[in-house]
Amino acid sequence: MSAVVAEPVRRGVSVMRIGVFGALLIALVAAMLFAIGAGRFSVSVPRIVEILMAGAMNPGLAPAQMDERIVLLVRLPRVLLAALSGAALAVGGAALQGVFRNPLVSPQVLGISQGAAFGGAMALLFGYSGVVLLGLAFVFGLSALILVGALARINGRTEVITVILSGMVIGALFGALVSIIQFIADPNTSLPAIVYWLMGSFATATWARLGLAIPGMAIGLVIVFALRYRLNLLALEDSEARSLGVNPDRERWYVFTAISLMTGTSVAVAGIVGWIGLVVPHAARILVGEDHRALIPASAIIGAAYLTFIDTLARTLTSAEIPLGVLTALIGAPVFAVLLRKHFKEANRP
Amino acid sequence: MIGLDRASVAFGSRTLFKAISFSVPVGRSMAILGPNGRGKTTLLRALLGFQPLASGTRHAPKVAGYVPQHGASQAKLSGLDVVVMGRAVRLGLFGQPSAADREAAEAALVQVGACGLANLRYDRMSGGQRQMVLIARALATGSPVLVFDEPTSALDLGNQAKTLELLDTLRLRRDFAIIFTTHDPNHALAAADDVLLMMPGGGEIHGPVSQMIEPDRLSELYGVPMRWVEVKGPTGGTRRAILPAFSGTEAA
Repeated sequence: MSAVVAEPVRRGVSVMRIGVFGALLIALVAAMLFAIGAGRFSVSVPRIVEILMAGAMNPGLAPAQMDERIVLLVRLPRVLLAALSGAALAVGGAALQGVFRNPLVSPQVLGISQGAAFGGAMALLFGYSGVVLLGLAFVFGLSALILVGALARINGRTEVITVILSGMVIGALFGALVSIIQFIADPNTSLPAIVYWLMGSFATATWARLGLAIPGMAIGLVIVFALRYRLNLLALEDSEARSLGVNPDRERWYVFTAISLMTGTSVAVAGIVGWIGLVVPHAARILVGEDHRALIPASAIIGAAYLTFIDTLARTLTSAEIPLGVLTALIGAPVFAVLLRKHFKEANRP
Repeated sequence: MIGLDRASVAFGSRTLFKAISFSVPVGRSMAILGPNGRGKTTLLRALLGFQPLASGTRHAPKVAGYVPQHGASQAKLSGLDVVVMGRAVRLGLFGQPSAADREAAEAALVQVGACGLANLRYDRMSGGQRQMVLIARALATGSPVLVFDEPTSALDLGNQAKTLELLDTLRLRRDFAIIFTTHDPNHALAAADDVLLMMPGGGEIHGPVSQMIEPDRLSELYGVPMRWVEVKGPTGGTRRAILPAFSGTEAA
């Protein structure tokens, strides 16, 4: 009987959810159009649509006009790369927060970002970029993760708290290694490249770089999306999840591997862009709640729109480009501070 | 059926129980009683396969309907969403719950008489309401085994009565093997067929309620003298209750 009563309520929720997702997708498209149009050389929205249509019709044709070249060769790959990175970083954060049952963790917590940064910095030290940089960033991001896993596995069991503490240790270790690389790098050539890369930027985005980034990020996003209901179960206490037929020790690592793939790739193509994985899932949680079936896609869309928008601000606010990591931190740190206070006020409510 | 065969659990040099053997077949309900710290929860964990055995074997189905003391406490999900989790083992790693899973979850809520909780947020429910949702989730697993970790310990007397009535209803259906731990021997009288006593010095004994719930044994179990009293039950007939004779002085 109550099932009959319950029905309209649930339908109301799902209608609202469709509305929220529609609005988010519109916001994403708007952010991307704004990003493609804005800059020193501004392009109107109808003209952008015209250029994009023409480009899609004849992908082989080299763009001739100035505005065509700017849109198709400079801004479109940059916007797509920013959007993809934003989605990957936000989804990584949302998934980690679920697995750790803590809204205050992010991909940096597992030391993956620092490991990937070390790999990338080493590539730059020896004068490499492109595939070598991407490969080393991914390999060391994954190495950091494997080290964390080995450290945290005690008596055949992996507890959440030991993973967090091991992540801090390994992150600090790779942070120190990055410092050593900066210390020995040539101040005239490789040091500026490393420092600028570590601050994070999409300024060097090209179609080739986008092509490098797509596999890792797409695979990671697809895996986490496929695991979206499982994440609800992994967010339970371990013994409870086990009693429901879940193997949390093993399945957590599927999530971690997908996240390290996405994080390593994003560090390789854009340096460390912090805070996205912390701020975006929080906003998504306010909009669609804590069910990962809605939270994961919402985080992806908001992350894509948010990083696209921030990147546009970074290159248009001043005549010189502001490093992306600086902007995301300037916005992210205060949001995090508010979040932290709110979290502990709720946790310690008398 | 769920049970242990000559099973031992030790933490370092401390042995919690040694060579313990018992089993609960489908159609029976067993209450586990023992003083604090004697290892009731560890025994349940061993039964469920969460606690590695130092020796011996365990017999249990792949998934048992488990009702933890404090389950899913952080979940900002609806009651129905929490019950649907009971279907997890059928979904597999990449599965999503279907309409059939939601129907099974709704049916489980109806069985525990809590269909009104389907759309309430779990984290805003009272302890008694959460208990009902967690029991529904255990039923939704479809497992013939139900394991309750102190199902009444955090509840007021009214909710204890409600939980015990539900435990008794499930017992009398005779299609579940039920195990629950409790601190109150009267709960065993109300809802169990068999009792396992974890004695304070080590050693366990088990048998039917009529032989185990008995003043001398329970006095030894808790170190407090226990006495039978007659109370009038809710349906008018008298039933027995077993109470501790606490020391202490009653105010005049």
